[in-house]
Amino acid sequence: MTRKVTRPRVGLLCAAGAALLVASVAVAITIGPADIRVADVWSVVASHLGWGSTELSPIRDGIVWQLRLPRTLLAAVCGAGLAVCGAVMQSLLRNPLADPFVLGVSSGASTGAVVVVVLGAGGGLVSVSAGAFLGALLSFGLVLLLSHTLGGTTDRVVLSGVAAMQLFSALTSFVVMTAADAETTRGVLFWLLGSLGGVGWTDVWVCLAVLVVALTVCLAYARTLDAFAFGQDAAATLGVSVARTRLVLLCVTALLTAALVSSAGAIGFVGLVLPHAARALVGSGHARLLPVAALAGAVFLVWVDTLARTVLDPQEVPVGVVTSLIGVPVFVLVLYRTRRTR
Amino acid sequence: MTAERVETTETTEGAGLRAGRVTRTADGRVILDGVSISPAPGTTVGLLGPNGSGKSTLLRLLSGVLAPASGVVTLDGSPLAELGRRDIARRIAVVEQQADTQVELSVLDVVRLGRTPHRRAWTPPSAADEEAVRDALARTGLADRANQSWHTLSGGERQRVQIARALAQEPRELLLDEPTNHLDIQHQLDLLNLVTSLPVTSVVALHDLNLAAMYCDRLVVLREGRVVARGTPADVLTEELIAEVYGVRTAVTRDGSDGRPHVRFLGTVSRPVPRQSAPTCPE
Repeated sequence: MTRKVTRPRVGLLCAAGAALLVASVAVAITIGPADIRVADVWSVVASHLGWGSTELSPIRDGIVWQLRLPRTLLAAVCGAGLAVCGAVMQSLLRNPLADPFVLGVSSGASTGAVVVVVLGAGGGLVSVSAGAFLGALLSFGLVLLLSHTLGGTTDRVVLSGVAAMQLFSALTSFVVMTAADAETTRGVLFWLLGSLGGVGWTDVWVCLAVLVVALTVCLAYARTLDAFAFGQDAAATLGVSVARTRLVLLCVTALLTAALVSSAGAIGFVGLVLPHAARALVGSGHARLLPVAALAGAVFLVWVDTLARTVLDPQEVPVGVVTSLIGVPVFVLVLYRTRRTR
Repeated sequence: MTAERVETTETTEGAGLRAGRVTRTADGRVILDGVSISPAPGTTVGLLGPNGSGKSTLLRLLSGVLAPASGVVTLDGSPLAELGRRDIARRIAVVEQQADTQVELSVLDVVRLGRTPHRRAWTPPSAADEEAVRDALARTGLADRANQSWHTLSGGERQRVQIARALAQEPRELLLDEPTNHLDIQHQLDLLNLVTSLPVTSVVALHDLNLAAMYCDRLVVLREGRVVARGTPADVLTEELIAEVYGVRTAVTRDGSDGRPHVRFLGTVSRPVPRQSAPTCPE
């Protein structure tokens, strides 16, 4: 068998992906209890950017500009960010199962948020987001320290991440079980499972800024990531400073994950599954893979979040629950297909 | 046994890649103990020795992936430790025993990896990059397989692709760690033919004494981390040395037109008091 490797034009694919993303955001905003059309979305956006005015009522203008638009944009940013984190970590750790949560970052973030919400740590001076952020960094620091002490190889990083994940999950449960009342437990749980409800423009701008920086750094390392295909030693003999690359990229992906988790909670499976889907589309060269994975993740999470907030309307399903429900079968399918092609 | 022939001074001055009295320990055990080698430019040097004698470690020190505990590896007189990884990778290419990846790659993708040390971020491949890749594919006879998937290649083809990748680095030194392991005999001969025909200095760890005799200009024999013999295959491959180093009885003949020795294995040497378990036959 001489299987050929053929790849589509990545420029075209990115342009199509970007167009699809803009259309998805516009359409997703129209979906919901309040009846809003795509044209209304454009006019609201245009009026807020100072290009004319909208004839929509202030309430409907508010629904678009204050509720649905930031929420949908944050979904796109989170999807893109998680997919990029997953793609980078899978290549760096040479582990197809690696994703932002393997580092234990999300568990740390959860613990940080729970400590603030339930125990009232920080005396009101520390917001939930800041608590999550600190927890994420703490957990990541622990993983780096642990993996360094254990020898610093990639499997040690993954194992340290699993250990940190378990530790922080246990801490979170402990705090919730011992100190929280039923109402708080419900709120915390919802947040831990991932939710894009109630986000504002600040979340969008912070996450977008971190995403742009992280994506730029990762793209600058695209060729270096390619060189990891045959392992760290092979990368080193191709001129890569393995230790520096790992430190830079693990820090960047951990920071991005921390930012996303502190705004939207622990949304699973996007970082795991979407990079595999993007690889199936454009191959594993990172200069092509990273932008495509980002766009695919963004479109994916926009629609999953739309589903999460409408399927049991007026109840809202945590978006993390939906990504897992969709992600698990897709994940099994991906594994099954890679098994057959070997 | 033959006395060690020390034909070079142990200074680290001069051209090319040299190891000067390098030592390496792991978990308190000495892996390499004061080993020096200085391959003459353009030649193929074979590293011989039983498993655990330090061949792979010496190659890893020569490629700069490991640092010596004492001693120094130099490239044109400069210690590797003072050179950047990129600069080293533009001079020294490595072919490992068995390269594997889970990443879906074409032959062309793998060969292009060889250009990594020559390229900058954010820039497309230059004409020189493409030229080097085309050249490497042509030299290894892979030009018509560029788009084939790596995972569909046989072991011999994969090693060939790795050599093409190494050539795309445009190295002057090529280090190979038992590159013929897992290959059938035709591919073993093909591969070593290819390596010895390249305009580079090669250091190749080998298990097969007859392949070493056929293809190497010089041999360096290691045992327990020390050089026990070095010189031309004809000088080094004697029945006494093979018995001493590998613990096997052989009949060595030199009846070819080129005077290269041929080793025929007769059995293991039964030692009066075995130091460890019974010595094993190579391969």
